[in-house]
Amino acid sequence: MPIETLIWLIPVPPLLSFFLIWLFANRNKALSHTIAIVLMAISWIISLYVFLTAITTEHFGAEVFGHSVPWLPTGDGALNMGVMVDPLTAGMLFFVPLTCLLIFIYSVGYHNFGGRLDPHDVHSTGSPAHNGVEPMYSRFFAFLSLFAFGMLLLVVADNLLMMFVGWEIMGLCSYLLIGFWHGRNYDDPKKITPRQAAVKAFMTTRVGDVFMMLGIVYLYFHTGTLSFREILYNEDVLHHLAETPSYIVGLSVAAMVGLLLFAGTVGKSAQFPLHVWLPDAMEGPTPVSAMIHAATMVSAGVYAMVRMFPLMSAGWHHGEALTPPMMAMGFIGAFTALFASTIAVAQRDVKKVLAYSTISQLGYMIAALGIGAYIAAAFHLITHAFFKALLFLGSGSVIHGVEHGVHHTHEHIDPQDMFNMGALRKKMPITFWTFLIGGFALSGFPFVTAGFWSKDEILADAFVANQLVFWVLVISAFLTAFYTMRQIALTFLGEPRTHSAEHAQETAWTMTTPLVILSFFAIFAGFVGVPEHFPALGELFHNLNVNRFHEFIGGTLIEHPEAVEFNVFPLLASIVVGVGGLTLGWLVYGWKPLKAGQPDPLAKPLGPIYTLLENKYYFDELYDFIFVRPARWISEVLVYQVMDKNIIDGFLHGVARVAVAIGIFFKGAEKVIINDPPDRLADFTQWLGRSFRVIQTGRIQSYLLIVMLVAVAFGGVYYLMLSGLVK
Amino acid sequence: MNFVAEHLVSLVVFTPLIGMVLIGLIPSDQKSAIKWAAFLWSLVPAGLSIYLWLAYAAGGVGFRFVEQAVWYAPIGASYHVGVDGISVPMILLTGILTPLALLASFSIQDRIKPYMMLFLMLETGMFGVFASLDLLLFFLFWEIGLVPMYFLINQWGSANRRYASFKFFVYTMAGSLGLLLSIQLIGLSTGTFDIVRLFNIWPGLDKELIAGVPMPTIKTVSFFAFCLAFAIKVPMWPFHTWLPDAHTEAPTAGSMILAGVLLKLGAYGFLRLVLPLFPEQAAAYAPALAFLAMLAIVFGAFAAFGQTDFKRLVAYSSVNHMGFVVLGIAVVARAYGVDAEGWRQSAAIAGTGAVLQMFNHGLSAAAMFFLVGVVYERAHTRDLNELGGGIWQYAPVYGAVMLFCSMSSLGLPGLNGFVSEFAVVRGSWPVFTTVTAIGMLGLLFTGAYILKGIQKVLHGPRNPKWAGHGMEMNAREIVTVAPLMALMLVIGVWPWWLADVINKAVVSLLG
Repeated sequence: MPIETLIWLIPVPPLLSFFLIWLFANRNKALSHTIAIVLMAISWIISLYVFLTAITTEHFGAEVFGHSVPWLPTGDGALNMGVMVDPLTAGMLFFVPLTCLLIFIYSVGYHNFGGRLDPHDVHSTGSPAHNGVEPMYSRFFAFLSLFAFGMLLLVVADNLLMMFVGWEIMGLCSYLLIGFWHGRNYDDPKKITPRQAAVKAFMTTRVGDVFMMLGIVYLYFHTGTLSFREILYNEDVLHHLAETPSYIVGLSVAAMVGLLLFAGTVGKSAQFPLHVWLPDAMEGPTPVSAMIHAATMVSAGVYAMVRMFPLMSAGWHHGEALTPPMMAMGFIGAFTALFASTIAVAQRDVKKVLAYSTISQLGYMIAALGIGAYIAAAFHLITHAFFKALLFLGSGSVIHGVEHGVHHTHEHIDPQDMFNMGALRKKMPITFWTFLIGGFALSGFPFVTAGFWSKDEILADAFVANQLVFWVLVISAFLTAFYTMRQIALTFLGEPRTHSAEHAQETAWTMTTPLVILSFFAIFAGFVGVPEHFPALGELFHNLNVNRFHEFIGGTLIEHPEAVEFNVFPLLASIVVGVGGLTLGWLVYGWKPLKAGQPDPLAKPLGPIYTLLENKYYFDELYDFIFVRPARWISEVLVYQVMDKNIIDGFLHGVARVAVAIGIFFKGAEKVIINDPPDRLADFTQWLGRSFRVIQTGRIQSYLLIVMLVAVAFGGVYYLMLSGLVK
Repeated sequence: MNFVAEHLVSLVVFTPLIGMVLIGLIPSDQKSAIKWAAFLWSLVPAGLSIYLWLAYAAGGVGFRFVEQAVWYAPIGASYHVGVDGISVPMILLTGILTPLALLASFSIQDRIKPYMMLFLMLETGMFGVFASLDLLLFFLFWEIGLVPMYFLINQWGSANRRYASFKFFVYTMAGSLGLLLSIQLIGLSTGTFDIVRLFNIWPGLDKELIAGVPMPTIKTVSFFAFCLAFAIKVPMWPFHTWLPDAHTEAPTAGSMILAGVLLKLGAYGFLRLVLPLFPEQAAAYAPALAFLAMLAIVFGAFAAFGQTDFKRLVAYSSVNHMGFVVLGIAVVARAYGVDAEGWRQSAAIAGTGAVLQMFNHGLSAAAMFFLVGVVYERAHTRDLNELGGGIWQYAPVYGAVMLFCSMSSLGLPGLNGFVSEFAVVRGSWPVFTTVTAIGMLGLLFTGAYILKGIQKVLHGPRNPKWAGHGMEMNAREIVTVAPLMALMLVIGVWPWWLADVINKAVVSLLG
């Protein structure tokens, strides 16, 4: 089969499994997950084959695999849809289907497959299963498959529109999956419910999406195409875009399109100021969090920016002033990285910490792109996908284990609150060790973790490009390591702080196996990107022919980006903040473990700042006040009541009233002038009728006689008319 | 077969009328027979319209399947029908929607015979408008469509039906009046009502008609009369307030057809008559048209979001969606005679998008109104707060179907609505940049009201109120909505088959 056909086939299996499960397997749990996993595995195998073909192809990048067909007629031309695999896509194809597959397998255990349906759940409730298997098990796998389809479609797309299609399908799936337990309510009315979180996620990302759509149509207008190859690999087009002024003074078309597209990423990748949806997205089942926050949706935002980088940087050369979209990315990314990591420090929910750390890490990637560190961003995207998927699945395993304890002890505690955990390392050893690997990778523990290499590369680039960005990222790297150790210590170390934690249990093999596989990549995926000039290790890996990432992914661009020269200062900074943050975290939380009921040791020294962080700088309240409430008021009162009901309909009713008044006037006039004479006429007719009743005999014969007489009379009249006697 | 091929359009137009007569022969108490007869008969024009579509799409552009016969020879009106790439999708839409609407009407018990007869009469009226190539004929069918709908709302509607049907009737009539006068003006000054001939004569006509009144004035007056009639029908902001009332009070099938097809008559009027007959005036007033379209998009979305009545929410969504149609039309109008770079292509894309949006909205709005009807029949309330959510647990199939159709309405990529909205936005961006940018606010709030509908109906804890109400859809209802869903998906994934035909017609409209 030609490779192009195979690429078309990559996204198909999960779509197929969505329809198969939806239409035919919705009552059979085993069949549902079998379909989903087998078809996902097929996707993965095809992707792997394509990936291997790609890395063994000479000069891959100059030549790529691709195929397209006309999709929408546009006057005399057509808009094409197609697929393409270039080095960047190949890199995505390596990790996206794999993580998806692992998450699928994990979900089997997470939803307690094999367990009995709890009597409470026989009639579907729309809430998490009380105990035992998830009642909406098939639906979950259907949605998950559709999600995987959206992501794979986005990855293989050869044009911006098809990418947008995948992008939005994922938006829908994240809505459906965040709100999966749509029937769930909490005792605390302030706590956001899954169905509210779902709407929040969809609407917040949609803010970015409508800007992105404008960016797409603007680009399309100026280039007449949306194909990546025709725009991004064409110096003339890029030059033209960078030179043409846009509607906004001082911005070129390339810059304005870049900013509009970036707005889409700000929504999708939860960058400031559209970050608010992601932490609440934790209301979904944990495999979903892993799916959204690691393998797929949020990566998609960064991927889009990496993909569009030639456009974002159109007109920019190394060492020159940054383009406006790059400046926006640099500052928003760096700010978000710091901002989110400060919030993560004060969170209690094991998943929320990870959510904020994701926002922060995505900020790293965006900032890297902003300073032109294209390869570093792509590298961090891939390593982060592995260790963040690992951490989320690990946290799901933790929650699952504690939930087991909750069912066992009938305690009323929040099984996601880290302050209710402790000492889980003994109860859940596999989860502990894999989580530790993931946590260290996130913290950038030197040399042995993937996160170190990718983060270090970003810092090295930032050190050369922009000192401000560099220092902001260094501080947030420190905070990252600190809150990660805080999380590990609170969850796994010390003594159990609740009975539930004491009775926690290691989870099923379907859940732990993905953890083990992901932790392998959380360590080794970094070695492909060890800089060649790195002391000792660089040469070692070069001789082993391992660290080809730079060269391979660099082939995506027309101009192969130069690696920055090795500098010891950012390396030292990276090591110091990584190890230092972990150490400080251990000193505060691990050295003297917390006792049950003891408050966070940070709460007192930080004081009001801690409250501020705990409440996420009050952004939810602020947005509610300046956006949500006014929108409600405008809709319900201003537009509907005032404008439509009062003004427009009021005017119409006024017209109607005038018409009626005129009518009444004329009715009066008519009575005297027009109505009365006809009334008299009517009276006369009635009288006539009464008089003629005499001939209403009911006898056919007499009727026929009358008919005949009338016919004769009319016939006479017509005859006279026709013969011209009567005019 | 030859007869069918030669009179295909006439057959499409008049078979429903024959059906109406045949239904009239069935005794009124044979309710089941009447329902089935009406439904099965409506499959005949449906089949014919599909056949017409396939025959038209097989090749060729311009007006085809034309039939012409003497009608009112003394005043220059003839029976002239035919289809092109703009009307043939509309005929297809009408042909498909009517049987589904009749199927949706099976739950009606009251006076089923006149109901079904009116419905078939309505179908002839709608087909006729799309097929007419003569102004007088056009007007005749335009009015024929109005009467049955009035009675359907007035007799089979819900609580506030008298107000709604009266408002609908008088408003539309008020618009038609100017239309009729203008048609007569045109006929008087050219001696013909033939639309195809008028395309060539009328725009260039420059003679003094009535003493002292110059031709441009007459043209401008006629232009506004045409616009008003069609603007009310679309409906454009601020002529839209009849719509939420009429839609909300009409019986389910009535709303399906009203939103699905009748609104398209207005937009079709713009494309078929206003743009070719008054190109200069249309170009001059296109910015105003675009501005009103933007207001419809934005305010329609806001108003929909502000509703507590589920059906009214869906009704306002029509205002929002039809705004995109008008925006696309405005772009085509504005591009007339402009030679600027890329404008012609933008106009072609916007025009294609507008017609495609007409078709797509026909599918999604009909489906949404039907789904509102499904809930209303069981819960006997449409109030979102009274429904209170938590229905999904009782009705998983209904939930899935509603999600699907909602997403089509929301314009989710992969389903039909996105294709046309994208095309319109793409076309209008370079021409009406600010208007398009502000219109995005409407697109954002489309999401808000759709999700509000889902949240207030489906989401939420299992609602004990609806236990034992049999909330799940039955087989007949699934069969009713399934073809719509299939089309939504097919057009979303592969729009070429439909858009190609439209695109060719729009390109020839641009000249």
